[in-house]
Amino acid sequence: MTPHKIWTGYYTMIRREVVRIFRIWSQTILPPVVTTSLYFIVFGTFIGSQLSAIHGFSYIQFIVPGLIMMSVITSSYMNTVSTFYFAKWTRNLDEILVSPMPDWVVIAGFVSGGILRGLIVGVAVLGVSLFFTHLVIYNAAVLIVALVLTSLMFSLGGLINGVFAKGFDGMSIVPTFVLTPLTYLGGIFYSISQFPPFWQKVSLFNPILYMINAFRYGFLGVSDVPIWICFTVLLGFTAAFAIAVAYLFKKGIGMKN
Amino acid sequence: MHAIDIKGLTKTYQGGTQALKGVDLAVEEGDFFALLGPNGAGKTTMIGIITTLVTKTSGEARVFGHPVDREPVGAKVNIGLVPQEFNLNIFEKVINIIVDQAGFYGIPRAEAIAKAEPILRDLGLWEKRNEPSQKLSGGMKRRLMIARALIHSPRLLILDEPTAGVDVELRRSMWEYLRRINKEGTTIVLTTHYLEEAEQLCRNLAVINHGKIVERDSMQALLQKHGEKKLEDIYLGLIGETVAA
Repeated sequence: MTPHKIWTGYYTMIRREVVRIFRIWSQTILPPVVTTSLYFIVFGTFIGSQLSAIHGFSYIQFIVPGLIMMSVITSSYMNTVSTFYFAKWTRNLDEILVSPMPDWVVIAGFVSGGILRGLIVGVAVLGVSLFFTHLVIYNAAVLIVALVLTSLMFSLGGLINGVFAKGFDGMSIVPTFVLTPLTYLGGIFYSISQFPPFWQKVSLFNPILYMINAFRYGFLGVSDVPIWICFTVLLGFTAAFAIAVAYLFKKGIGMKN
Repeated sequence: MHAIDIKGLTKTYQGGTQALKGVDLAVEEGDFFALLGPNGAGKTTMIGIITTLVTKTSGEARVFGHPVDREPVGAKVNIGLVPQEFNLNIFEKVINIIVDQAGFYGIPRAEAIAKAEPILRDLGLWEKRNEPSQKLSGGMKRRLMIARALIHSPRLLILDEPTAGVDVELRRSMWEYLRRINKEGTTIVLTTHYLEEAEQLCRNLAVINHGKIVERDSMQALLQKHGEKKLEDIYLGLIGETVAA
């Protein structure tokens, strides 16, 4: 295929995905915005006003980056897992697989859909957060790179889940029992510096801690772990997931036969 | 030039089921070819390997000279597939299903819409272009799958039981359409359980049973060889069934 044809194939996948995300906006965009608004009201305004500052910021300012990141992670992951599994379930995926698009274009198409949904939801949640507090951006480059890399990583993760899912239950096991606990324990609502040393060390095994801290650094300029470690972890997981997805597509695991 | 050239093709699934046992088969370019066989004979597996949806165990399959495993892009651009089961995105509009499929083959949207109109008109779907596919009747869905397979003007069209569940009148109109595109140069491989359909449409045929080709001949020669017998009787004889008196 020529580069122009490859671009057309990729654009078709993206266009289809964007149309779908906005067509069912009440399922794809609205729920995380409503949920996060409730967090802003309950934890930020009601409870947060009773709490002391963390790293020199009010409690609501401290939790906003983590809550945005939580929405991005969930939206990116759920977008690829649901789109891919639904295509597999309806066997509509076959129409993509019989086309001459190289595997990497198909992967890029699905993953870009996840990134886009993550970013759309992230921007919407950020907009809502401005009703509750004012935010300054400490380092826009760190913020944007952390946001895009995290949504890329979780879009790839969702795709792996979609490949292995054998039923609709299979789509929700990882988000419910792995992703949600790790996200809540990843430092959205607290700084691990408030923990005893033992629990600080335990927290360092949670990869989501690094993503939330990188993003928070972009907004507030504070992080529980050095920023270069955050990006090393983020890049490492993203690369590992990308290699895994490329392998699954090359072998046709969960798609062919 | 062979549209399809298969040599020593085998497929053993993970559970140990041997779906293909060393199949050799060639289909000439421009042919209207019937691939017949009972359920589970290996037809869909063979189509799956040709279209790269199933990985072979051994042997070789080529489409217009391109080995499907080593040169998949070269093979895939030439193939249009109409699968046995409905696999349409039920929420998507008819026109978007066609145009998106064209996009996967590198055809830009504006060009794809222009290409889609005559195909949808020929198949009686133009008036339904803005309907979601879930609102179409079974016959319309079948025609939509044919339209989707033809949007990139493939040289080889593979139809896996395209008229299953379609009423007689509609089936006849689909036959006319398929005859026309075959006359215009598209090679067609058809699997069907309607033997009358194969007899009416196809010039050559192969019968597959238990993963092996048990007959490969021209339709005319096969019918002449068996004298007064109908294709159905010949077919049942080939697959080892008893013909009801």
